[in-house]
Amino acid sequence: MKRLLVALGCVLSLSIAAYAAPEAAKAPEATPAVAAQAPAAAAAPAVDAAKVAAPAAESKATLKANPKVTIPIFLIIIAATMSVVVWSAKQTKSAADFYTAGGGITGTQNGWAIAGDYMSAASFLGISGMISLYGYDGFMYSVGWLVAYITVLLIVAEPCRNAGKYTLGDILSFRTSPKPVRAVAAISTVSVSTFYLTAQMVGAGKLMQLLLGINYTIAIVGVGILMVGYVVFGGMTATTWVQIIKAGLLMTGAFILSVMVAIKSGFSPFQFFTDIATNQNIIDHVKLLPIYLKEVDAGTATADAGQRFLEPGLFLTNPLDQISLGMALVLGTAGMPHILMRFFTVPTAQEARKSVIVAMFIIGSFYILTTLLGFGAAVHLSPQGIKQVDAGGNMAAMMLAKTMGSEFSPFIGDLLLAFLCAVAFATILAVVSGLVLAASAAIAHDIYVNVIKDGHADQHEQVMAARITSFCVGAVGILIGIAAEKQNVAHLVALAFAVASSGNLPVVVMSLFWKKFNTAGVVAGLVVGTIASIGLVMVSPNMTYPDRVADNAKAAYTKLEAEIAAGLVAPAAMEKTLKTIEAKKAEEAKNRGGKSMLGLSKPLFNLKNPGIVSIPLGFIAAILATLAFPCRRAEEMWDEIYVRQNTGLGMAKAIDH
Amino acid sequence: MAEKTYDWASIAKNPKFIELHHKKTAFLFGWWIFSTIYYFLLPIGAAYAPGLFKIQILGRINFGYIFALSQFFVSWGLAMYYAHVANKDFDRLTRELVNELQ
Repeated sequence: MKRLLVALGCVLSLSIAAYAAPEAAKAPEATPAVAAQAPAAAAAPAVDAAKVAAPAAESKATLKANPKVTIPIFLIIIAATMSVVVWSAKQTKSAADFYTAGGGITGTQNGWAIAGDYMSAASFLGISGMISLYGYDGFMYSVGWLVAYITVLLIVAEPCRNAGKYTLGDILSFRTSPKPVRAVAAISTVSVSTFYLTAQMVGAGKLMQLLLGINYTIAIVGVGILMVGYVVFGGMTATTWVQIIKAGLLMTGAFILSVMVAIKSGFSPFQFFTDIATNQNIIDHVKLLPIYLKEVDAGTATADAGQRFLEPGLFLTNPLDQISLGMALVLGTAGMPHILMRFFTVPTAQEARKSVIVAMFIIGSFYILTTLLGFGAAVHLSPQGIKQVDAGGNMAAMMLAKTMGSEFSPFIGDLLLAFLCAVAFATILAVVSGLVLAASAAIAHDIYVNVIKDGHADQHEQVMAARITSFCVGAVGILIGIAAEKQNVAHLVALAFAVASSGNLPVVVMSLFWKKFNTAGVVAGLVVGTIASIGLVMVSPNMTYPDRVADNAKAAYTKLEAEIAAGLVAPAAMEKTLKTIEAKKAEEAKNRGGKSMLGLSKPLFNLKNPGIVSIPLGFIAAILATLAFPCRRAEEMWDEIYVRQNTGLGMAKAIDH
Repeated sequence: MAEKTYDWASIAKNPKFIELHHKKTAFLFGWWIFSTIYYFLLPIGAAYAPGLFKIQILGRINFGYIFALSQFFVSWGLAMYYAHVANKDFDRLTRELVNELQ
């Protein structure tokens, strides 16, 4: 216990050092280059960072949090979560305590934790930003994230609670050969978690850099140390409470800001929409959007450009990609190992059901509030102003907090901004902790205990293995996060959902609902689904194709040159325009003739979301392999798993074990 | 580990279990298909029926917005309805079955 406390002390002081660093170093204002990087917080699957990134020259404004207000709030959150960790470390004695909080979480608590696990900084900052720049499409985009929970509720939550124990591998290996199935399930869990974790870590680093002006590496290390601290010492209990605290903070922040926005329109939705559609800044912004210009050329543009902001198609232009993303969300959420794992923390199927319903109300309300924030930011800050701070719009909610609060007093503005920064910080911590826990459960429980030790490991050894694995997973997460700073990680979230929907979900559903399903089916489904998703993303437009970058740069400067030739550029803006042209020419020269990671000069597969192809492939592979290699034992055990998952009989064993 | 062992095959043939299984399967997959179709109407409609989405219904609030917003309420409604049916029917049948076995 003493050792534990000392370690906690180290973690706490290190993290304080990490967050005090900017003040001590009197970090200079974030440079324009930093502000221009669209943070991966927008790692929302359909957000193409490259597409929305404006030339660096345009990003001048910055948004800085006041460290005197921000650092105390951060410290309060760190202290609160750390005391939760100390408390839960005392309770974590067995493997069940570590992985599932001993099954002692209530439905309502678990509902908040699911919401906390799921609503990432990408949804909070990315979606409100997307709405503030592209209006309706951002709102439409957010819908799938809630609808996904219908699949979780109806198909997987209760059967998983009844049939599983700690991990995805437990469900899949029930009536199959445990070793190969657990090994493949663990690989799939670890890859999904790693993709998602990398996107989150890079987003965290960029976000902290942008908001607080701290060095990227320090930010990642700080977040990483806290994350490892929560998981290693507190296991599932601490992770759950960190997620509950985060969900509470996030909802509070979103609610306060939404009320402030609503007051501006006198709480009238009609007034609010009129404010949006008649806002001169929004009208000017829409008139310059490429899609609108195309519509003008085609003669289909509406004269009411403000109203156009409330109509679809300003951002999400490829319907097939949208449908593909929708499939990945609707099926992938239910295959996400860190979400599945949450259902093992409640004692009964009824509580599992209740927790999904609670989570759905929280998540749904959150996305509706996000709409208010996004549109409110567009009206009160102007899309042009938002773009100046961050080309991808990721700072919209933060800027809104500062502006709205400052109307009362500058201090309230700082306070509100600091609070939202802290919310974003807590959000990142909660999501990454859940992912680290899921990945280490797969390695420690499936690979170490069940494959290497044949299930013969006592409680002490199991908990030890889980803690060491979490430490290693967390450390690797930090290293990947640092290494991936300059990488384009926007596609990694899409990839995580694609793998979960094409690899995990088909085999989970068939394990629970198909009598003949067997070892060959699980292995084939997981392997084919995973490889197909990764392979398709590797040859998709998500990757950087230098030749394409060069083409875009050429198109941009050609257009500007044409504008100069036509005398459309004001003399005052001439110098800036010429500079932009020069920069674009340099960009073209640098990228021309280059190849993508796989040596391609253009994508082979034209969708950013592979789901529409990879999900059917995953299902077909699982079905064909099952039929090709029938297994009597799997069929004989069908009655058992089917009765168990429907009734919960025999589940006591799973909990007490 | 005084684990009670069950005869799974005979439970699976129990009329109560068969009733539970039929009711659940019909409800769960039926409503899942409904919600999925309803959801995919949104991206499909936005892409292929933009004219419909533009129709202004309440002031400047258009059909597209109301339809997207309705997705939230339909999902919540379905969740509540499922909870209602499950608490009333499925849980009752399960309890009866478990009591019969013990």
